[in-house]
Amino acid sequence: MDNGRNGAGANGLTASSCNVAPVPQSEIAAICERFGNDKHRMLDILHDVQDRYRCIAPSTMDAIASHTDLTRIEVEGVASFYSFLSLTPKGRVTIRLCDDIVDRFCGLDDVVAVFEDVLGIKLGETSADGAFSLETTPCIGMCDQAPAAMVNNVMLTSLTPETARTAAEALMAGQAPESLVSDRFNELSAHERAVRMVENNIRHAGAVLLGPVPEDAGLNNAVGMRPSQIINAVEESGLRGCGGAGFTTGRKWRFAASEKLDRHFVICNADEGEPGTFKDRVLLTERPHLLVEGMTIAARAVGAREGILYLRGEYVYLRELLEGVLEERRRRGLLGKDILGVKGFEFDIRLQLGAGAYICGEEGALISSCEGLPGEPKTRPPFPVSRGYLGYPTVVNNVETFCHAARILDQGAKWFHAMGTEGSHGTKLFSVCGDCLNPGIYELPYGHSVWELLEMVGGTDAAAVQVGGPSGTMIGRDSFHRKLTFDDLATGGAIIIFNGQRNILEIVEYYMSFFVHESCGYCTPCRVGNVFLQKAIQKFQKGLANPEDIDYLKDLSGTIIETSRCGLGMTSPNPILSTLKNFPLVYSAVSKPSKDGIRDTFDIQSAIDGARKIAKRRSYIFDKDFTQ
Amino acid sequence: MSGTEKETGFTFTIDGVEIKAHAGQTIMEAADAAGVYIPRLCDHEGLRHQGSCRVCTVKAGGRSVAACTQPAAPGQAVENETPHLTKMRRDLVEMLFHEGNHLCPICEASGNCELQAMAYRLDMTEATKFPYLEPCRALDASHPDIALDTNRCISCGRCIRASQDVDGKGVFGYVGRGIHRRVAVNGENLADTDAQVSDHAMSSEVCPVGCIIRKRVGFAVPIGEREFDKGLIGHEIEEKRK
Ligand code: SF4
Ligand code: SF4
Ligand code: SF4
Ligand code: FES
Repeated sequence: MDNGRNGAGANGLTASSCNVAPVPQSEIAAICERFGNDKHRMLDILHDVQDRYRCIAPSTMDAIASHTDLTRIEVEGVASFYSFLSLTPKGRVTIRLCDDIVDRFCGLDDVVAVFEDVLGIKLGETSADGAFSLETTPCIGMCDQAPAAMVNNVMLTSLTPETARTAAEALMAGQAPESLVSDRFNELSAHERAVRMVENNIRHAGAVLLGPVPEDAGLNNAVGMRPSQIINAVEESGLRGCGGAGFTTGRKWRFAASEKLDRHFVICNADEGEPGTFKDRVLLTERPHLLVEGMTIAARAVGAREGILYLRGEYVYLRELLEGVLEERRRRGLLGKDILGVKGFEFDIRLQLGAGAYICGEEGALISSCEGLPGEPKTRPPFPVSRGYLGYPTVVNNVETFCHAARILDQGAKWFHAMGTEGSHGTKLFSVCGDCLNPGIYELPYGHSVWELLEMVGGTDAAAVQVGGPSGTMIGRDSFHRKLTFDDLATGGAIIIFNGQRNILEIVEYYMSFFVHESCGYCTPCRVGNVFLQKAIQKFQKGLANPEDIDYLKDLSGTIIETSRCGLGMTSPNPILSTLKNFPLVYSAVSKPSKDGIRDTFDIQSAIDGARKIAKRRSYIFDKDFTQ
Repeated sequence: MSGTEKETGFTFTIDGVEIKAHAGQTIMEAADAAGVYIPRLCDHEGLRHQGSCRVCTVKAGGRSVAACTQPAAPGQAVENETPHLTKMRRDLVEMLFHEGNHLCPICEASGNCELQAMAYRLDMTEATKFPYLEPCRALDASHPDIALDTNRCISCGRCIRASQDVDGKGVFGYVGRGIHRRVAVNGENLADTDAQVSDHAMSSEVCPVGCIIRKRVGFAVPIGEREFDKGLIGHEIEEKRK
């Protein structure tokens, strides 16, 4: 448990040294050289070092620092921030089991047991011969096919104890992770590889994104327009950011375009990390050209020549596919110089792979990460549209938003504006998972009620629905009439369904542990306060809470929300606050008042347990078993 | 201030008091100049603003913001010393106490410690309700003149910025994330770095608590003459108004 007591976090910080053979300095030099010895490419450098040597040892940090003109502590700051980088050696095959609440409810424990059994190591361990590491990781975006796992860069989905055993035994026998996907892995196209590993589960295709999409129709129109006309069209369409915050896309572009600096950037946020969201995964697999088309249109609108596609580390299995798409578009004159033959229209994109940090979905943290820094949000103001990546005006939108923009330029603002409801125009991708018959992706116009959606997905026996992931709202049956719009239930797309068998407190505790794990730690309320919230929920779970603890939860949540520096801390108490509001009985049922000044919340047995063990005898007064 | 102030100068209010400011100033900078104290821990004169402790949280135009990084704006109404904000700040200070290990009676920073002084100023007089996290971090006494006890560290980062920006060295930095984020040194231990006791980063004013310890000078000032024995933290700023 992350409680601050144990210095050894997921980042292996307690290890002062890394007992691997010294790495040849020339090889580190070559890796740094490949990225121009550019400190802003630190994440790429560290990824390469990690892949190659399975850890980032102190001596390599010294070498990287000297090549990139940084101090060693700066390199260590980056290396120790991201979950997928490690200062201690990981196994040559690292198995990361997705530990989302949905995976837990779908039998994660049994799958873990199988891997532990076959590999002969426990969760969190690396085998003595360095062959395997077994660990868990927060939501990897496969909730519609849980339990799922990452095995190096290979995804395994819909695991059962049987399929887990087959996979583990094959790995033990020395087979490469790729062979778990297909014997002919090398002959498969990047797209074939992706869809063999991961189902798309498109259950309902709407008019905008998942229906038929003509190739580059939006871009063809955009090149004939002035930048201001493009921005007007996007603004008139009513398109708002699809990541959750819902900022008007056209206005964002307008702000960036109005900044008179000589460089502008367009960044795609493909870091969907909100547990329960996986819509971007499907777009990246099935509509990558549409996404790049949207980015190119944005570049034309704001005058950007450089772009970055920030892909979450968990989606590394899509890297090859996306690199291929970028390469193909360069070849076809859709990226690079004089795009579509238009003189002076120049734009290219590099792919930046993340390394396991939910906070990098936050705009400023994402920019920090692209700059080769720890993924910490930036101080606002200034806002990224005026001072973003490397201090230049930067447009950051998510995958779905760029795809929508490309379609708007094709079909026109009116077409898009006419769909949905007032204030929430167009369609939205919903990723539906949990207790329902048909988990997967649904593209629907805004404005459906939760109940309508539940009928569509076969989830009508739901007792609770988490709308918008942990940072969103959990509602009960009495609120299923509410509407999926920005004005009522705003959501980045995650819909997680829980039936009456699920324990709400267990879900809330999981979500708090998620936020504790994913807080960047920059500011006090979020770094420390979330740990306290998690501990308080555990008290309720154990039946040790009293009614004043409900006030404590509300009070502490209020402080965290009001004083946190970024959206993570401003929303992390939501699992608690929304369940307190919508499921009050869950809390009152397990909290009892203290009687006669004796605090029921104090568990004397566990308090004296440590002393009892050290003394190797029982307590005369408190030990229930003493007379036996 | 020069002639340009004429064009860019403006006023705003803090708790109803009119404050002069000029473009580019933060709320805290303007407040300091006007003799209005806004509590702070991670911000320190002469260092880049970080905005991480959140103790300086004020309400500006109805929104809660960090006064040390938020630009002052013309006509803005800022709330500073309200019961609500004092309560938020006390919560934050308590969080910092509970995150680390603080045993004031035996700490050599007692009386000179900004965290302790802030607790007094914010009236932290009742028993705290938060759980103790009781970290156990190794003491670094490798350096001949300096010791580092990060069990009392409040992650303010003042040492990091002082070493980088003032000393031009980079002896300190953050590692890890979340509750495991902490201050570490640029090498195996402090002796392995180019730290010197004469660095600004090691001076008594930079570390607000008792983490960066200069060896052989502890407990030299008798009780009654220590920094915060003379007045509440912030009194020097407030005296400017009198
Ligand atoms: S709110 Fe949390 S995630 Fe955001 S800056 Fe503060 S510590 Fe980092
Ligand atoms: S650092 Fe300050 S608050 Fe902490 S123990 Fe020392 S005097 Fe007390
Ligand atoms: S060592 Fe002192 S100055 Fe440095 S971060 Fe910790 S408390 Fe702040
Ligand atoms: S002083 Fe402003 S956040 Fe610390």
